[in-house]
Amino acid sequence: MGRVNLDAPTALAWLRAFAGLVDERAGELTDLDRPIGDSDHGVNLQRGMHAVVAAFDQETPETAGAVLTRAGSTLVSTVGGASGPLFGTLLRRAGKALDGGDLASALRAGLDGVVKLGGAQVGDATLVDALTPAVEALEAGRSLSEAAEAAARGAASTEPLVARKGRASYLGERGVGHRDPGAESVALLFTALAGAGA
Amino acid sequence: MTAAAKLLDDPANAVTDALRGLAAVHPELSVDLEHHVVARGDERRPGKVGLVSGGGSGHEPLHAGFVGLGMLDAAACGAVFTSPVPDQVLAATRAASSGAGVVHVVKNYTGDVLNFQMAAELADDEGIEVETVLVDDDVAVTDSLYTAGRRGTGGTLFVEKVLGAAAEKGLPLAEVAALGRDVVSRSRSFGVALSPCTTPGSDQPGFDLPPGEMELGIGIHGEPGRRRVPVPATGVAREVARTSVAAIDEDLPLAHQDLLLLVNGMGGTPLLELQVLAADVVDELSARGARVARALVGNHVTSLEMAGAMVSVCTTTPELLELWDAPVRTPALRWGA
Repeated sequence: MGRVNLDAPTALAWLRAFAGLVDERAGELTDLDRPIGDSDHGVNLQRGMHAVVAAFDQETPETAGAVLTRAGSTLVSTVGGASGPLFGTLLRRAGKALDGGDLASALRAGLDGVVKLGGAQVGDATLVDALTPAVEALEAGRSLSEAAEAAARGAASTEPLVARKGRASYLGERGVGHRDPGAESVALLFTALAGAGA
Repeated sequence: MTAAAKLLDDPANAVTDALRGLAAVHPELSVDLEHHVVARGDERRPGKVGLVSGGGSGHEPLHAGFVGLGMLDAAACGAVFTSPVPDQVLAATRAASSGAGVVHVVKNYTGDVLNFQMAAELADDEGIEVETVLVDDDVAVTDSLYTAGRRGTGGTLFVEKVLGAAAEKGLPLAEVAALGRDVVSRSRSFGVALSPCTTPGSDQPGFDLPPGEMELGIGIHGEPGRRRVPVPATGVAREVARTSVAAIDEDLPLAHQDLLLLVNGMGGTPLLELQVLAADVVDELSARGARVARALVGNHVTSLEMAGAMVSVCTTTPELLELWDAPVRTPALRWGA
């Protein structure tokens, strides 16, 4: 399978599907956050994605890039915490890089933005651990569902790690054995992308 | 486990409703219910550096309760335990700006750092110069290049009070910010929880703490601490005082220092217990050769209804003491004015 291009209807379907998954799994995401953070990740992301869907209902962006940029800006303006800036930057940067380019390089730009902002590397037990393998899979020309599987494996890989960034890092060794909720949300983002089937 | 009832009308509107209450009883404040920004209602003085802080709600009276003469010009109140978004911080920055620049006092939590950083960039686009003072006083967590670093906790109060006085005196932006970094470098905190807290709308506490155990090294967001130990059969306050002061002293030697002391309740501990703890903390400090120059005891930097306490100290100089003693008139802290 070759590289994937994203059109506006698919981008909209993707983010609406992600909003649906976040709705379904908000409780679970918050439960993941409870032992290592402050038990609000699911609630916060849900608030943000409701705002994204409301923004799309009000006015449909015309290009896939504008869909992602709009979603990213809305997340930054509604979520707060670390998730707002990080998920917002991921989608905003990807959206700005998307038009004229393919999805893999757009998401690479998003990943670079997240790394620059948060300073986390693979192995720090953050969303970067799920995002990096998913982006690499797309860059290698793998399918969307293979990218989603890579993201899910990346999220699971945070469990045995000592977190070095974010609130979980304050727990040191006590955080071991817990999956990072941000990484799990990134896995949902790629599950939604595979489902929207670009 | 079912959480205890909370005195709310609608958990989803807890922050808005609390700010409506603040506005209702403090007409001298200007409360923006759209952005959840609390600002001084009096005329902005040209040439005065603006002082802005903020963070998640649930830590009352921090930060909105410290808005007023001699302290903050504006505070941005996020959702419970969630940092405000850049739009909110920008609104607070605008409210505090009188052309001489604005200092952001930011607690070192990833979310606070990122949202304030984004807001500072937006403010810069509007021609408002922003300096950031990052508070990272909590000795319970280790600091290294590879972690998010120490948390900002009780020491935030020292920074906000001292910088408020400095800004009121007319110090320029760079000097206020430099003073803030100096106060941070002199401030250390250590917290202990006896019971966890439950965020509004949630049916479970942030962490499980069985009776008979206490969490050492807690943060201020209902997140668990570094270590859990049995509560001693007697002398609980003495044990908390000993542990907290020892952890601080190990990081910042306290012998021969004159200190600002904050014995801070986490929201669910009565003043009677905090005063018992204060007595033990002062004993511990004296035994280590430190002198308490000024002290505050009470609920200032809280975590909803969490039981427990945090000990914060700041080593002082005569200049810092003068700024600490300067008049302050806010909902939660007032003297000399």
